Amino acid sequence: MSRIGLEIHCQLAMLESKLFCPCRADYRGMAPNTNVCPVCLGLPGALPMPNAGAVRSAVALASALGCAVPPRITFFRKNYFYPDLPKNYQITQLDAYGPTSVGHGGAVRVGDSDIRIRRVQLEEDPGRLVYEGASERTAMTLADYNRAGTALVEIVTEPDFDGPGRVRAFLNALSDTLENLGISEPGMEGAVRADGNVSVAEARVEVKNVSSFHDLEKALEYEITRQESLASRGMEIAQETRHWDERRRVTVPSRAKEGEGDYRYFLEGDIPWITLDAGAVERIRGRMPEGVGQRRQRYLGYGVSAQVADVIATDPRRSRLFDEARDGRIDVELANMVATDVAGSRSGVSAANLARIAGAVADGKMTRSAARTALQESAKTGQSLEQISARMELGGMGASETEEAVREVLEREPGALEEARRNPKAVNYLVGKVMSGCGGRADPARVLEILRRSL
Amino acid sequence: MDLRVSAEQYAAGVADGSISAEEFVAATLERARSSRIHAYLHIDESAVERARAVDKKGEKGPFCGMPVSVKDNICTAKTPTTCASRMLEGYVSPFAATAVERLEAQDAVIVGKTNMDEFAMGITTEFSAYGPTLNPWNHEYVPGGSSGGAAAALAALQCCASLGSDTGGSVRNPASFCGVVGFKPTYGAVSRYGLVPYANSIEQIGPMARTVRDAAWVFDAISGADPRDPTSRAAPAALEGIEGGVEGRKFGVVKEMGGDDAGVSRALSSAVSQLEGAGAEFCEVSLSMIEYSVAAYYVITSTEAGSNLARFDNVRYGYEMPLDGYEFNAYVSRARARLGPEVTRRMILGGFVPSAGHAGKYFLKALKVKHRLEREVEDAFGRVDYMISPTVPVPPFKIGEKIDEPVTLFKLDANTVTANLSGTPSVSVPHSVCGGLPVGIQISGRAGDDAGVLRAARALELRARFPGVPG
Repeated sequence: MSRIGLEIHCQLAMLESKLFCPCRADYRGMAPNTNVCPVCLGLPGALPMPNAGAVRSAVALASALGCAVPPRITFFRKNYFYPDLPKNYQITQLDAYGPTSVGHGGAVRVGDSDIRIRRVQLEEDPGRLVYEGASERTAMTLADYNRAGTALVEIVTEPDFDGPGRVRAFLNALSDTLENLGISEPGMEGAVRADGNVSVAEARVEVKNVSSFHDLEKALEYEITRQESLASRGMEIAQETRHWDERRRVTVPSRAKEGEGDYRYFLEGDIPWITLDAGAVERIRGRMPEGVGQRRQRYLGYGVSAQVADVIATDPRRSRLFDEARDGRIDVELANMVATDVAGSRSGVSAANLARIAGAVADGKMTRSAARTALQESAKTGQSLEQISARMELGGMGASETEEAVREVLEREPGALEEARRNPKAVNYLVGKVMSGCGGRADPARVLEILRRSL
Repeated sequence: MDLRVSAEQYAAGVADGSISAEEFVAATLERARSSRIHAYLHIDESAVERARAVDKKGEKGPFCGMPVSVKDNICTAKTPTTCASRMLEGYVSPFAATAVERLEAQDAVIVGKTNMDEFAMGITTEFSAYGPTLNPWNHEYVPGGSSGGAAAALAALQCCASLGSDTGGSVRNPASFCGVVGFKPTYGAVSRYGLVPYANSIEQIGPMARTVRDAAWVFDAISGADPRDPTSRAAPAALEGIEGGVEGRKFGVVKEMGGDDAGVSRALSSAVSQLEGAGAEFCEVSLSMIEYSVAAYYVITSTEAGSNLARFDNVRYGYEMPLDGYEFNAYVSRARARLGPEVTRRMILGGFVPSAGHAGKYFLKALKVKHRLEREVEDAFGRVDYMISPTVPVPPFKIGEKIDEPVTLFKLDANTVTANLSGTPSVSVPHSVCGGLPVGIQISGRAGDDAGVLRAARALELRARFPGVPG
């Protein structure tokens, strides 16, 4: 039996500024070393100024992961030399004097059991090193401090994962939570990074340097196989840190003596203790959006299918649209439209337009397929239902108008009519012809009924 | 041009037209340039121009172009900030310290950067990488440290006021050795933004001047909350009400902070009777943790220094030494060989005392001492308003006399480190002259009572009748 624990670093990428200075939190796409200031460069005499928004985001995330938030939090210095670290120490959190990190003792439901969260802490991201060629043989190492000082939340889980599949499920759920809270952008390169530790027997092996969730799954699988193979042959498994070699798809022992480091932790005297009284934490929690799991349950309660509920609940914009447009009459239909016809998070359709379109369908004034077309149009142009209807003649067709449309198609398509008489399934072709002929304004059920009579 | 004026007299002179800022600053620079005492590491020649601009202003700021010097570990935006280290040779900070900005906003003119022990580690200014500063009272003697250049510049009339920094007595010790006033404010009363950190949890920028009133004036200009230093906070004004006296105030003579010298001990008893004459009451106060305070102080400051000075790896700024061909750690070791002997000693200590397996015996124990000392100090201030002692147990000594005895030098901090470890305000007042060299008396008070401490210092200054500095 293997046991896996995770250490995940999430950038608070949606903040305006870094953790301790006014430089931009979103450094991506900027020329090297242009998103820096005396504070994040660690120039002599500069002092960190804690970002209250980062503390709020970290408290929200810790709360969403079911953690307790202590009444006072504080920062520590982790001392080590590395060229990506401007001060040669990192400002982070530690529980040396009881729990003073942002969160402790949480749990996240994954499938049918809990993954326990040991600790959630706030810290600064180092800069980035760019190697020319392979890192072992590079002729030059370039340092870019644009990222240095960006707020990171580190999440440490208990070793509660029984396999890489559950790790993947947990990370997906975590990504949904980050997006739902609006504090990170898991899709952005390097915004969420995870390391794992794997124990098949006694020894705990840390697996680092994994660039994607997909690779983490592969690295963990490899590491389990490697350890099981050693164990089955009665060979000792070394307690060590191993790096994932992306190219060879294997883990290799780290040359650097990581994990054995003596970080000489001590309190960061430049930042006073931060008091989080119960009121402050409650206010942050009160402003948090409904959790993804909770929301999914609510949608299932409306009769929405599990698949559609997933799509909407995990996308903060889709769920907001759905919740604002809902009037309780056609929840299932509305959910289907939001899940399939609203083109992703960046769609321009407004809840008001969506509500009007859905209302028209519920009142029988508009067919579902016309609604679909209208919705796509509204998403593209931002126009209201009335404007689109006027332009595209999307109003529903009356009985006589429909009869007329069917008659015209039958006259044009005598062959298809013959075919439909022999094979009842072929009638769908004619339905399609009628629908496309009128721009989807007809009610397909009524068209089918008229066609059946004509046959 | 008579440079022997207090800051207040200077400003009054400019206001009534009897002093021109330009001429005064020019004469000050000339005096500094031609001096042998080596108080300055950098003299800013543009100061004369800035003084002229102040002369031309209709509405002048309160300091009226007054020449002020700044210790070389406090950032100024145009002159170098080297911390008297070869590691930062030629380094010019892109920003100025908040304290410097606040003085300049009130029309003070920064004339230069003063000498100091490298990175403020030392009490003689002999550990400057650019050579020692001489004591203006007698050039064979040390001026004290680490703000020795600042104190000497004041005593030699090479500025009207100065900014020093005090981690364990670095403002008060040289003030005592040079016969000037040095004030270490409550922790947080003055922004540390722009002070190159040595032991950031206990140090403060402190004003130095030739009179207590001048020190209070500068304190008022630089103190108060600063959004760039989250440990800073509001501080009450000190100059207003400074003549309030000590009638009915209770002083504790600290049993464990004595003098190791007859002249120093005499100065203390004389100060006590002078303050009694002003209506103060006296008793003895004993703080048992003082016995361990110097050891705790060096363990804590070395630990913090090990971290604070780690950034000086010469990669992002520093002196000319190409990176090519080095592995990172090898480069850093090589680059740091430029640090002087005292800094190296404390960096080694700072790597050891908080390390795994040793922290319990040293660093954590030192924190315990600090915590208990803080409680003892708080208890004592429940019984008395002020504590009084000699600033330094001994009078100034000769250059080179103790440089090879680091532990002897460490022990001379015995009377000053308590104020840093407990975050309380403390001032050194020039009191008497003994064998041609000055002796200072230290008065400390409750955290936040900076104004009270300066009021008591003013009362002592009035009665001590200290002769003027040698100039």
